[in-house]
Amino acid sequence: MKYAFYPGCVSRGACPELYVATVEVCKILGIDLDHEAMKGASCTGSGVLQEKNQKLGDTLNARNFALAERSNLPLMTICSTCQGVMSQARKRMLDNPKYLAEINAELTEEGLEYKGLAEPRHLLWIILEDYGIDAFKSKLVKPLKGLKLAPFYGCYMVRPSDALGFQNNLEREDSLERIIEAVDAEVIDFRGKTLCCGFPILTINEKNSMKMVANHTSDAKNLGADAMVTPCPLCHLNLDGFQSKAGKSIGSQINLPIIHLPQLLGLALGISPEKLRLNKHIVSTKVLLSELSLKP
Amino acid sequence: MGTNKESILMNVNLKVKRFDPGDSDRENWWQEYNIDIHEDSTVLDALIYVREYEDTSLALRCACRASICGSCGMKINGSAKLVCKTRIVAVAPNGEQIIVEPMGNHPVVKDLVVSLDTFFNQIKRVKPYLQTDHVPESGEYIASNESMENLLTAMNCIMCGCCVSDCTVLEVDDNFIGPAALAKAWRFIDDPRDSKKEDRLKDLNDEDGGVWDCTRCMQCVEVCPKGVAPMDKIMELRDQAIEIGLNNTNGARHAEAFYESVGHSGSLDELRLPIKTFGIFNIKELIKLIPIGIKSQLVGKRPPIFHKNIPGVENIRKIFERYRK
Amino acid sequence: MFEHDILIIGAGLAGLRAAVEGVRNGLDVAVVSKVHPVRSHSNAAQGGINAPLTDRGDDWEDHAYDTIKGSDFLADQDAVEIMSTEAGRAVIELERMGVIFTRGEDGKLGTRAFGGQKVARTFFVGAITGSALLHVLYEQSLKLGLNVYEEWFVTKLIIEDGVCRGVIAYDIKNGELHTIKAKAVIMASGGNGRVFEPSTQSLICTGDGMSLAYKAGVPLMDMEMIQYHPTTLARTGILLSEAARGEGAYLLNSNGERFMEKYAPDYMELASRDVVSRSEQTEIDEGRGINGNVLLDLRHLGRDYIEKRLGYLQEVSLEFLGIDMAEKPVPVRPGMHYIMGGIKTDVNGLTEIPGLYAAGECANVSVHGANRLGANSLLDTVVFGRRSAEHAIEYLKSVGPNSKSENDLKLEKERIQSVLDRPKGENIAKVREDMAKNMTKGIGVWRDQKSIEGALENLTNIKNRLPNISVENKGKFFNTNLIFALELEFMVDNAEAIIHGAITRKESRGAHFRTDMPERDDKNWLKHTLIYYDVNNENNVRVETIPVTITKWEPIKRVY
Repeated sequence: MKYAFYPGCVSRGACPELYVATVEVCKILGIDLDHEAMKGASCTGSGVLQEKNQKLGDTLNARNFALAERSNLPLMTICSTCQGVMSQARKRMLDNPKYLAEINAELTEEGLEYKGLAEPRHLLWIILEDYGIDAFKSKLVKPLKGLKLAPFYGCYMVRPSDALGFQNNLEREDSLERIIEAVDAEVIDFRGKTLCCGFPILTINEKNSMKMVANHTSDAKNLGADAMVTPCPLCHLNLDGFQSKAGKSIGSQINLPIIHLPQLLGLALGISPEKLRLNKHIVSTKVLLSELSLKP
Repeated sequence: MGTNKESILMNVNLKVKRFDPGDSDRENWWQEYNIDIHEDSTVLDALIYVREYEDTSLALRCACRASICGSCGMKINGSAKLVCKTRIVAVAPNGEQIIVEPMGNHPVVKDLVVSLDTFFNQIKRVKPYLQTDHVPESGEYIASNESMENLLTAMNCIMCGCCVSDCTVLEVDDNFIGPAALAKAWRFIDDPRDSKKEDRLKDLNDEDGGVWDCTRCMQCVEVCPKGVAPMDKIMELRDQAIEIGLNNTNGARHAEAFYESVGHSGSLDELRLPIKTFGIFNIKELIKLIPIGIKSQLVGKRPPIFHKNIPGVENIRKIFERYRK
Repeated sequence: MFEHDILIIGAGLAGLRAAVEGVRNGLDVAVVSKVHPVRSHSNAAQGGINAPLTDRGDDWEDHAYDTIKGSDFLADQDAVEIMSTEAGRAVIELERMGVIFTRGEDGKLGTRAFGGQKVARTFFVGAITGSALLHVLYEQSLKLGLNVYEEWFVTKLIIEDGVCRGVIAYDIKNGELHTIKAKAVIMASGGNGRVFEPSTQSLICTGDGMSLAYKAGVPLMDMEMIQYHPTTLARTGILLSEAARGEGAYLLNSNGERFMEKYAPDYMELASRDVVSRSEQTEIDEGRGINGNVLLDLRHLGRDYIEKRLGYLQEVSLEFLGIDMAEKPVPVRPGMHYIMGGIKTDVNGLTEIPGLYAAGECANVSVHGANRLGANSLLDTVVFGRRSAEHAIEYLKSVGPNSKSENDLKLEKERIQSVLDRPKGENIAKVREDMAKNMTKGIGVWRDQKSIEGALENLTNIKNRLPNISVENKGKFFNTNLIFALELEFMVDNAEAIIHGAITRKESRGAHFRTDMPERDDKNWLKHTLIYYDVNNENNVRVETIPVTITKWEPIKRVY
């Protein structure tokens, strides 16, 4: 299985541990990541660029898709936000051939064209849909029995459901829960799992952003979660990086470790915490790892 | 409901969240109902059946049963829906229990009835009526059909409250003006006959809880039963605010900085983004960034100081150049 | 006790239009509505609003004649003349308030074709015209700071010395009963569709206002004129607008034939609604239906066109029947939709009781006579809503202050408490269903002496059971159980008036088609039926008639 790997901006910037963990996990699973195909790809715009100019954002993503098509490889993302922004762009373009033609006109100079074939998919979906849960389970070295995990999807991974193909791929709706169960851990279901982490308004309305972080992390913690797992590094930045600030806003120390999806997979596949960069988090994972009898 | 002699019945199990202000003993409680009803029924059909035959004390609002009056918004399995057009087989394909609760972000009056004062006060804040500075000499204002059709999605809003119910910002901040009001504001801002576009944008831009407070979570797009897609309208409002020069907000600066960063290097320069968002002279905010900066540095998560351009960045720059024109 | 200059009952189009007029003229106006204004049934009107725009070369007399012919010559022609001449002003006013009417190439208001008219003069907003108009009027009410008693249910009219001086109203949210005094009251409470089953009408259309006026002594006119809309969705009875046919949709029977060729070769699917409904019913009764329906076919219009102009119809078809109109025809059948009959008023909305006006569906001026043309109802509401207010404003100049008496309140409190206190008896919904199904059976698309008498017999039985229906919920907060009991009493009054109208009119005219008297009888029946509530009469009903007002147009045989 080979994929045109699209790491996004944050996994090469503020969340390098995500990039590293992804590479490690794919190595063990035998998923071949082609790093060249998307080398010249740009940022998806993250929804923010689209605020200033949606068509420009769509053009950048059409270009990203065209690069994937040129490589003849399926496109893999590792960030909920990249996934969602790309899916929305794809839907707008495929729903309106005239619009797609206008956008392709901007790509002809570079010799690129989005033919409507490339379909971005998150590593999480690829494991469920392409790799298969059974094949994945067969590779488990350290089932995480007893571990209580709260799933946190990230808005862009669950809405709008029609752009994300939920109708034809029902497993996407509870994909994180399925993966948690596949590594033998226990799902801590809580209301906020599909709500907003507050990252988009971090620099705009910090008070609200912190309330969101505080609500979700403390809810999960109070329901018994040992950690929270998320497929989005932006959510991770907020839930991990700003957790102590959020805790101050509700007058408590929350101390809920937030781990990236590939880090969870990696632990279950027997990769060392150090290789998965679990020591690179702001909220320490030491206690979590010792509960798993793992050295941090 | 319609008469159909070939009734194929199915069993429906509802778990309804109850509340009675006249009941001093309990805050709220869950009540289960088990009924047999036509297999094509909607959740509203089931609730009406319960109200008529099983429990006359159950309070809910409904009127048209045809998804046009907006009365019957409530949470089904955690998400706000118009129950008159929510088919039971769609939410409980295998006869699962259906959880029914009143809409969120609104105080409950009784059972499934909420006070929509919150919602309508938000709407009132945007001056939701046409404001014109001139009247045609005779007849109607002249406007293109395209400009009127453009407003149709916003006009489809039936004020059901579903978007406000599930808005994640309203959950933490009741000062936010909310998705319905913003979509309504857009409807007037984009109406060629309205002459207060700039004032309206200014109000939404400046005011606390205005257009920049939306966290882009897409709940409103997902739950709106009429395809209004309020968040899309909010994004357009932001675009228009920036366009008319309202760029003295963190939100506008954030969008500009993001745009410049990608336009220059092809990807996001995370280190510089917050600095540009707050403004280089906003010492107070920049100082607040120091603790997280230090923490990131300590765990080795600090983004590179020298942000690299992506390979072939000229291609990106050319696209941006063309769009700037 | 609350007091106002003008109190309007109902916050639909007629009510809000009247209210806006009152507030603009500086008066103390309030509206009392049992639902929030934007929940009113005006929302459900889909197709459009008629107006002959004379400055665009249309002829108001053409619209007037279409209306009168459509009414099977029962409409009062002076009233129709007024509606047709004031229509243009009404529509332009609405546009200036902000309605996003569809436009033509020249940027001016665009039109679509509609039933019973050869000239396209129906102005519209997609297939949500009623909603678009209602919301704009609601916006205007916000702009003017209109006082609304929201979710207050009117239980009684206050009549002092033969003059209407207000209402008693029940606050649904907390069970408190209040007196609201006013120098003039405008009844704009809408239709009574729930008296039938199925019906396109909202659950709130229980004929409250018609019953209140009736019990106060105002006659109900032409109540036998019940409109069955030809295209209501199979099973659910939800309305599919005439606009579909206006935009070119076909009606097909089980042989795939456009059967309207047989019944109305000139107007085809756009004949008047009663003609189309009867044609459909004939096809169905003679075995050319499909499971009791005929088919509405829009496929040839194309997906884009359907989504732009008839988007709401597509939504309804997909959501409620799972049918994509661009791919398959939709099963439809005649369904009770509107009542042409109502509270008798003059051309200014004034009833026989000074101080009491009526406008909109609950009123009968008469502009719709024995059959209403599509897109004339929205017009009716705004024209006569405004006129009622205008006349009330004048009337107010001669009215003394409101009295301080609260006697009605005391009596109403006792009455309502007695309803609440009844021991466990019959289930309200069951009784209502019983009545409604029998009304549809007896006063359907076809009716005859036997069916009407059957309905009467059933209704007598229902009336006997009324005192036994019990309200199990004794709570104060949002007690819809109590509301339904009170509404059922209103509905029974409406049913009674309808049945007596049907028995009285010994001919077929418009929507009142008697298979035992299939011909129109202008010699004897160019009259309106008037049903009075009169305790001195048998069954508490007194029947009178008055002649139809003819101005320009002599009645002729109606052919489409």
